[in-house]
Amino acid sequence: MTACANPAVELRELSKQFGNVAANAGVNLRVEAGTIHGVIGENGAGKSTAMKLLYGMLRPDAGGILIGGRKCVWASPADAIAMGIGMVHQHFMLADPYSALDNILLGAEPIRRGMIDRQTARARLSALASQYGLPVDWDRPVEELPVGVQQRIAILKLLYRDASILILDEPTAVLTPQETNGLFENLKKLRAEGKTILLVTHKLKDVMSFTDRVTVFRAGKVTGEVETSQTSPQELANLMVGRKVVLGIQVRPARPSAEPAIEVARLSLTGAGGSRHRLMDVNISVKLGEIVGIAGVEGNGQSELLRAILHPRDSRCRTSGTVRLLGQDVTGLAARKIRELGVAVIPEDRLREGLLLDRPVSENFLLGLHRGHAFDRWGLLDAKKLAKAATLALREYDVRPPELALPAGRLSGGNQQKLIVAREFQRQPRVLIAAQPTRGVDVGAIEFIHSRIVRARDEGAGVLLISAELDEILALSDRILVMFEGRIVAEFARGQVTERELGLKMGGA
Amino acid sequence: MRRVAQPILAVILGLAAGLAVTWVAGENPWNVLKILGKGAFGSSYDVGMTLFYSTPLVFTGLSVAVAFQAGLFNIGAEGQLTLGALGAATIGAVWPGLWSPLAPVLAVMAAMLAGTLWGAIPGWLRARRGSHEVISTIMLNFIAAGLASYVALYVLKNPESQNPETRPIGAGFLIPQFGMFGGAPVSAALPLAILTAIAVWILMWRTVLGFEIRAVGQSESAARTAGIDPGKIRIIAMALAGGLAGLVGVGEVLGNAGKFRVGFSPEYGFMGIAVALLGRNQPAGVVAAALLFGALHKGTADLDLETEHVTREVSLVMQSLIILSVSADGIWTWLGRRRQGVGSLER
Repeated sequence: MTACANPAVELRELSKQFGNVAANAGVNLRVEAGTIHGVIGENGAGKSTAMKLLYGMLRPDAGGILIGGRKCVWASPADAIAMGIGMVHQHFMLADPYSALDNILLGAEPIRRGMIDRQTARARLSALASQYGLPVDWDRPVEELPVGVQQRIAILKLLYRDASILILDEPTAVLTPQETNGLFENLKKLRAEGKTILLVTHKLKDVMSFTDRVTVFRAGKVTGEVETSQTSPQELANLMVGRKVVLGIQVRPARPSAEPAIEVARLSLTGAGGSRHRLMDVNISVKLGEIVGIAGVEGNGQSELLRAILHPRDSRCRTSGTVRLLGQDVTGLAARKIRELGVAVIPEDRLREGLLLDRPVSENFLLGLHRGHAFDRWGLLDAKKLAKAATLALREYDVRPPELALPAGRLSGGNQQKLIVAREFQRQPRVLIAAQPTRGVDVGAIEFIHSRIVRARDEGAGVLLISAELDEILALSDRILVMFEGRIVAEFARGQVTERELGLKMGGA
Repeated sequence: MRRVAQPILAVILGLAAGLAVTWVAGENPWNVLKILGKGAFGSSYDVGMTLFYSTPLVFTGLSVAVAFQAGLFNIGAEGQLTLGALGAATIGAVWPGLWSPLAPVLAVMAAMLAGTLWGAIPGWLRARRGSHEVISTIMLNFIAAGLASYVALYVLKNPESQNPETRPIGAGFLIPQFGMFGGAPVSAALPLAILTAIAVWILMWRTVLGFEIRAVGQSESAARTAGIDPGKIRIIAMALAGGLAGLVGVGEVLGNAGKFRVGFSPEYGFMGIAVALLGRNQPAGVVAAALLFGALHKGTADLDLETEHVTREVSLVMQSLIILSVSADGIWTWLGRRRQGVGSLER
């Protein structure tokens, strides 16, 4: 982008309606060329809609998009890409078995005499990579590369297409603190080369450390645009939520009882191929009344651990080792029996494992409570009782909108999660397994969910907290275990570890 | 609104396209439509025959719908209904002396049981052995046809007939027919079908088991996390589907033929797939769709005689066109999008 007075990106009075919900209502956004611009907001605040409009995935109902001062109308992302706009999605959308090189070429293959001209491409890419300091092993399949490198490939893919405006959607969600720092060093280099970067995130810390300016979204509108150096996390959080929020709750130390809640011994899961271990000799013990946090970069066996505890009978979830809950050996029990012991689960992937997206909120509230609870009258469902209990719970857990008939898929991420928490806490859990409980959840809901988890602990439940968010692990856990490549590689007590140390352990150091 | 409007529009679209085909073939489409209407509803006998054809379609439609709610595609209703009919005929032929009302009750249970068994097999194969139900139900259709022919020709052969059929069942097994349809074999199977539809509705929407079936169909992983055993639910759902299809045997054997006749079904099982699709897998929708397809089946029968250029096969063309337009979900999304702008509801 040539230096000129016009902002690189300008959204003017952009509006987009879905049904009777205004996803964007008169959004104004200015991004100066050669800056890193933060875009923050709760889930459903409209920041993703604005970015999709900018990227041509959606068409606005009203308002305009100006790129370098020129009014633009997109028919599809292809038009936006042609104008130099690129987007790195949260999940990078790479073809895993392909090499890094082929992934970058995919869709823009240089053709010579009917063949893909990899040689020319490689030369150009190597130049790009060294110019921006993004080294990549071109020939390895993408699936074998660390997440941080995959992200680099996704960014290079945009640079290869001459993108000058880069939209990054939640780029730090899957990175260790060290990788995050690496990413932002790279982004600074890109900025120095004149690229414009839009950083869409919910992490206040990222915004505070690495952006020049910030735009805050709430309820489809822009509620603030500030110089990063002139603001504070607290102010941003208040702008996002629209009221004063408490950042980082103070957790009283636990008073764990001697009784065990979860005891996992020598738990292993051998991969489908028979060689790769997904869980290696994992030993964990959680007492009643304490929170044990499992820190780790995603994909290091945390999901497998949760499944092994919940479905120990299934050979796809556990190949050896034992699981004891509340002192009882449950290794041979069906998932239903295990849940009936008083085990509440906040699953890692709420869309796939936690909810029936097309079904109404009431049925989602029922899921897992449908058998043997108050709503089961000799096999018939007591719809009245269900409606009453669900209405109460929606109110108590502040699920909005509190409409029982609304399909769960229509709720925002934060409200979906609150619905799951509301449901799981109906059990009066004695064991709570919470995996990524605040992923993609807005600041207000995070505060709420954290306080509920702590309350469950104080009421005597044993809590296993699996999270990739270090802040969350550090704030809530009474003990911290670090998981790396299917093993527990370190253990710390509350307050005895720094974020840096934890990050290094998570990276396998 | 759209849930109801869409199938109705699809029916109109399919009928119109079907009539257009007859017009291309050289007929007057208005004339064809009149013949259709007269054939299906012209006299009390015609109405009776329409109802007679609709009854098995209710059962097979429900069968496919229940499996579908569990996320399974039951192509095997044809085999399940064959065995259901064979089961009813066998018990009636083996104990011809049994008296009413015990005899028909036993026969109904036999029909259901045989169908249930034939449905449970692919359910079990899917749940415990991972073989896809589409493949296994198709295979089981062939096996059922072979088995039924063998029994009819060698085990319970009717000595007084050249046709491939079993011995007649005892008189105590026959269920009453309605008199007002001019001799059309509308039997107590029709009210049984309606009651079954109501029972299926209660099961699917008012019971714990129905909730579990629908949960598995919606999201296997969410159901599993909630403590539901998806494998067990799949076996139950397929067994249920088989039992429902097996009830076709009641109307045919106890209410109509009084014996098992090889090839009695004009592919009710496969038409059931269309019925379930058009009925959106809802019991009420299935009953409505079964009536429509029953009327089409009956109405088009007269086309052979009364027109020069088209035969009853045009009913298949119309059925296919209706199904095409109801299942072309893309068109509806596309129409919806033009109103709402591109993109999904996701924000």
